[in-house]
Amino acid sequence: MIRTLSYAALSGTLLLSVNASAKDTTTQQYIDTLTELGYPAPKGNELVHIPPTMEDLESAKLHPELKRVIRRGYDLFTNTQQLRGENVFNNMNCSSCHLGEGRMPFSAPVWPAAVTLPNFRGKNDHVNNLEERIAGCFTYSMNGKPPEYGSDNMLAISAYHQWLAKGVAMYPEQPIYGRGFPAPDRPEELSYARGEAAFEEKCSVCHGNYGEGLRVGSETVFPATWGDMSNNWGAGIVRIFTAAGFIKNNMPLGQPNSLSDQESWDIAYYMSNQERPQDPRYTGDVAETLKNTEARFHKHSMYGQTRETDGHVLGDHRNTGEKPFLKPDSIRSRTFE
Amino acid sequence: MKKIPILLTAFGLSSCSAWVFAEADAERGAASAAMCMACHQADGGGMNIAGGESWPRLAGLSATYISKQLHDYKSGARSNASMIPFASMLDEQQIEDVAAYYASLPATQGKGSEGADEATLNRGQQLAERGDWSAYIVSCKSCHGSDSQGAGGDFPGISGQHAGYIEAQLQAWKAGNRKNDTQDLMGSIARRMSDDDIHAVAVWLASQSPAGN
Ligand code: HEC
Ligand code: HEC
Ligand code: HEC
Ligand code: HEC
Repeated sequence: MIRTLSYAALSGTLLLSVNASAKDTTTQQYIDTLTELGYPAPKGNELVHIPPTMEDLESAKLHPELKRVIRRGYDLFTNTQQLRGENVFNNMNCSSCHLGEGRMPFSAPVWPAAVTLPNFRGKNDHVNNLEERIAGCFTYSMNGKPPEYGSDNMLAISAYHQWLAKGVAMYPEQPIYGRGFPAPDRPEELSYARGEAAFEEKCSVCHGNYGEGLRVGSETVFPATWGDMSNNWGAGIVRIFTAAGFIKNNMPLGQPNSLSDQESWDIAYYMSNQERPQDPRYTGDVAETLKNTEARFHKHSMYGQTRETDGHVLGDHRNTGEKPFLKPDSIRSRTFE
Repeated sequence: MKKIPILLTAFGLSSCSAWVFAEADAERGAASAAMCMACHQADGGGMNIAGGESWPRLAGLSATYISKQLHDYKSGARSNASMIPFASMLDEQQIEDVAAYYASLPATQGKGSEGADEATLNRGQQLAERGDWSAYIVSCKSCHGSDSQGAGGDFPGISGQHAGYIEAQLQAWKAGNRKNDTQDLMGSIARRMSDDDIHAVAVWLASQSPAGN
């Protein structure tokens, strides 16, 4: 088991430095735990950061009011369903995809956004800040409408992200260890039938045979992997490689890295062949929407393509799930002029 | 595998048409339960036995879960000297009936948390509600549902179960003596837990309410 220090940055040089101290030992234990779970060790000069926990927050030297706001951000991140009907229109919490309260490496830990933004983002072709990045996950992954920029909720969520990045220098030059959902190598061919069979064997006990997941009362226990209660077609995880990376590194729950690369990709391919709420960038025509978004995004998903099993054209519908609109007005371009 | 085929293959049955028991009947189940009372008690509340083998509360558990466990004892997939003889006495219909009977009883409060210190209870609560991701211990509620009161037929309610029983089961998974859970989901977690963590989560869960409201 690893103890948590507020942070530890490790590089090739640091490891060898005479100053090698408790921090390095903690970092080494952290890496050992991860490699035992099947994750790769950091390569070259990758930046390793152990995000602080909520227990660390209690003992941190921060203004009590700030602590209260960070706790609020944590609460919104792990129970985003409290914004259901206002900002969230599916069964997801932020922590449904960002496991371990947004702290786990290889599960798109969220703190890197706090130290790498503002920056240019290909997905929307302009410079984004942290709030806009968070707004992106609300718009697509939560099939929702982001809280207003600068609102209490937005500020609280950003504060939680920033707290997790505590101690990391702004705009790090090193690559970040465990960022995103790193995908395993893509196998030669992907199979819908194999993906379906593997999903039923390994995933359906929690996510259901129809990807519907499970709710108890107003709480999501198992989120929906597709369908109306899942993320919409614009979410990053609909890209097959992102889904394969998520699955390989995080699922089945509690058993990371237990699936083969082939299984992870087959399941991701099968999932990308299922319907979900419309992409908020939809123009009214699936072929046109595909043309607009293909190069930067949908070339990696099955959106607008014909499903081999029944000839259904994926994304060819006006269904926005529970959300009573297509596109929140926070999706807009910026020109900085 | 789809849910129904899991059950069918477990019984060696091959098609849905073979699934022809009469519907489960809790009243008939009450009759079979007469021979269970010595241990599981008349109210289905079981008993926490410090230093000995605790008898689990069955009252209010899901019928699907109870039925699976009885089948597992019968087939040997789950082994326990106290239970196997009793499970073996039940035929298919009696299993469904007795499962429906216990599922219909109001859940009772577990014991075994009395006198636990605050640090232990806090650690237990942390494991149950948030887990400890630094050791990849996923929170109990991630699978066992809101307040760990159960989620569907595959993830039993563990809140308000007896501490002695919870601890014994986690230790059994850790030692490889219980391995009848779907896809080794529970085993994967239990093997990452220290003895202290197992004790802490068991006593905290025992102090919690077994059912919503
Ligand atoms: C359906 C899955 C899903 C949900 C739910 C989700 N996200 Fe994400 N998130 C992603 C994916 C996919 C990425 C991109 C990862 C990558 O870079 O490959 C991402 C990236 C991020 C990043 C950027 C991380 C980085 O490395 O820069 C932040 C910040 C973020 N999400 C915050 C949130 C917040 C806040 C919520 C809840 C409002 C949320 N996410 C909900 C899937 C999800
Ligand atoms: C033991 C239950 C369990 C099993 C088995 C399981 N998952 Fe999950 N899955 C979860 C939970 C719970 C979450 C949300 C994480 C959280 O809340 O901590 C999740 C999240 C997800 C997500 C992101 C959110 C969403 O719904 O899209 C995907 C995708 C996913 N799982 C796919 C899979 C796949 C594929 C498999 C099989 C290889 C699988 N899961 C097996 C419980 C499970
Ligand atoms: C001699 C005492 C005794 C009798 C009588 C008895 N049980 Fe049990 N039962 C136990 C013990 C001890 C356990 C826990 C065993 C283990 O660790 O696997 C148990 C476990 C169970 C479980 C699993 C509970 C769970 O939460 O997984 C079920 C179901 C069950 N018993 C049903 C019955 C039924 C039905 C009868 C009557 C037909 C019965 N038992 C009779 C002692 C008994
Ligand atoms: C990844 C999913 C998962 C997680 C996380 C999980 N469990 Fe379980 N647990 C299961 C499954 C599945 C079963 C049912 C096993 C079976 O079918 O026999 C189970 C059964 C149990 C049982 C036996 C209940 C009974 O009546 O016999 C106990 C006790 C238990 N879990 C405790 C815990 C505790 C404590 C935690 C948190 C530290 C936890 N579980 C976390 C999946 C999980």
